Amino acid sequence: MKADNISVQYETRVGTPVLAVNDVSFHLEHGEVLGIAGESGCGKSTLAAALSGNSASNMRITGGTVSLDDTTTIDIVKTQGIPRDWRGSTISLLPQRALNALNPTARIGDYAYDVIRAHEKRMNRREAMEKTGERLEQLGLPTRVLKSYPHQLSGGMRQRVVTVISTLLDPDILIADEPTSALDVSSQKALVLMLQKMMNEGMLSRAIFITHDLALLSNIATRISIMYAGEIVEENTTNEIIHNAQHPYTRALLAATLEPDPSIRNITIKGLSGQSPDMQTPPSGCRFHPRCPYAMPVCAQKVPGATPLGSGFARCWLLDGTTEIPDPIKHEEVVAS
Amino acid sequence: MNEPFYSVKNLTKVFGGGQEQVVAVKDVSFDVTPGEIIAIVGESGSGKSTLARMLLKLSQPTAGTIMMDGEDVTKLKRPNQLKPYWRDVQGVFQNPAGSFNQFYSVRTVLEKTFNLHEHRLSKAEKLERIHKALNLVGLDPQQTLERGSHELSGGQRQRVIIARALLVDPRLLIADESTSALDASLRVTILNVLKDLSQRLNLSVLFITHDIGQAYYLADRVFVMYRGEMVEQGPTETVLQFPQHDYTKRLLADVPRLEGWTASPGDLSIEELAKALT
Repeated sequence: MKADNISVQYETRVGTPVLAVNDVSFHLEHGEVLGIAGESGCGKSTLAAALSGNSASNMRITGGTVSLDDTTTIDIVKTQGIPRDWRGSTISLLPQRALNALNPTARIGDYAYDVIRAHEKRMNRREAMEKTGERLEQLGLPTRVLKSYPHQLSGGMRQRVVTVISTLLDPDILIADEPTSALDVSSQKALVLMLQKMMNEGMLSRAIFITHDLALLSNIATRISIMYAGEIVEENTTNEIIHNAQHPYTRALLAATLEPDPSIRNITIKGLSGQSPDMQTPPSGCRFHPRCPYAMPVCAQKVPGATPLGSGFARCWLLDGTTEIPDPIKHEEVVAS
Repeated sequence: MNEPFYSVKNLTKVFGGGQEQVVAVKDVSFDVTPGEIIAIVGESGSGKSTLARMLLKLSQPTAGTIMMDGEDVTKLKRPNQLKPYWRDVQGVFQNPAGSFNQFYSVRTVLEKTFNLHEHRLSKAEKLERIHKALNLVGLDPQQTLERGSHELSGGQRQRVIIARALLVDPRLLIADESTSALDASLRVTILNVLKDLSQRLNLSVLFITHDIGQAYYLADRVFVMYRGEMVEQGPTETVLQFPQHDYTKRLLADVPRLEGWTASPGDLSIEELAKALT
């Protein structure tokens, strides 16, 4: 899958549109999980909505093409999204809040039947139930959930069930938008293990996993894109991002990841100052410059281009070869009291 | 060391009755000394928030006692008893937007807090205290006071709520998942604010979280809750490096790490996966 130059904006009542996603491109090979990370409001969910055909009413796609396996290139501006028959079967969305995704008055089995019937008219109820039950069993989930209502299941179980339903039609691509953010760590792990199982068993060939949790992402993604203010500021293999991040924003995100490790005792980790920019009037030049600890005059004036870094790239003026890259100031040591 | 000023004994909360009965908190006991930060960790549904609500006197315990300065405060009910209690014990919750009247400016929100005080302060004194509290949480009063809640970022909003709690000079701050809704980079700044306040004002903090990483960063002591019971408590290093209870061990193993889970999932067999999922 190739997505090129995707731009999305929201219409507002006052007239100035909010530029939520700006010129984002990526490609996704079979067997890959692309992770997209960034803080709230960086446009990651907007990107997911645009690519999965779940646009909000005030959303407008202003640029971009999508192509699958080099067959046809679809101009998603004309159609304002992916073709309708792709939804669910070619590209499927796994939404954030499982509680809101499920119908509270329908049993899980009936809901799954609805989903299947929308795409495969010939399948009857019994066959649909069998198919769903089989899938649940393959993934080690109890088949009794078919007869349960959503409120009878725990939050983690609901999220796993939604995951199973969103992949029932064997989509080519699964877009998982913050599927773990409302879950506790044990349920997060279970969900990630299940997705890995799906990949291994061939129920799923590739996925886009969106989250703000880099630690979790590093456990599932093969590549990671870091988004800031609607743009991808750095993209590389998971290993490179975790161990050799180049963009100051990526470094700040990594430094703020608190792991239960003795090394974070008795030190003060500096968070980022300021807040993410107002996207009606994004900052000039590099959009990260008002919060960047290494900002130089050029950063406010010109938009940095993508500097190739082996298997990925980063957009930062520190990387253009004329400036020496400062050591990451990660922690500030504090004398233990 | 310091003497404990706040202690909880056998605190229990039961919801419903008969077959529907749920014991949300069971026999929880602990002490709090001035200036210490205690993290209460546990998964969703482990009773952490029910415990916080009881300590804040927002819900009545079924059994057990809460003592402050040697006085039994469990049965306090009337507003004239609760007001003095709330001056000492304050809460900060998960969603700062929910604790904010969206039609008020920061100044109004903070000024209203003085209704908890019985003595009257002059306008100038109030403003001086507000300035002091905002400075303590790292906000510039000039830039913040006239703003509405929608003009603040999530981190700033949460800091205003912490400042509000500080206005009454509390001795115990109960922070219930107050950093969970924030982005990682903002989260650290709030944790730093709490750490700093505890040291500067000798403020005790009960920090409730499901994130062991945050507990590790912040807390002097860690309490682990599981299904309503406190299964482990002790100094942070001891509990997290040498966990005794199986649940604490599992919690630590399930935390996602940049270097992968301690026990890497790899290619799990279907049985192992089924076990992990249930």
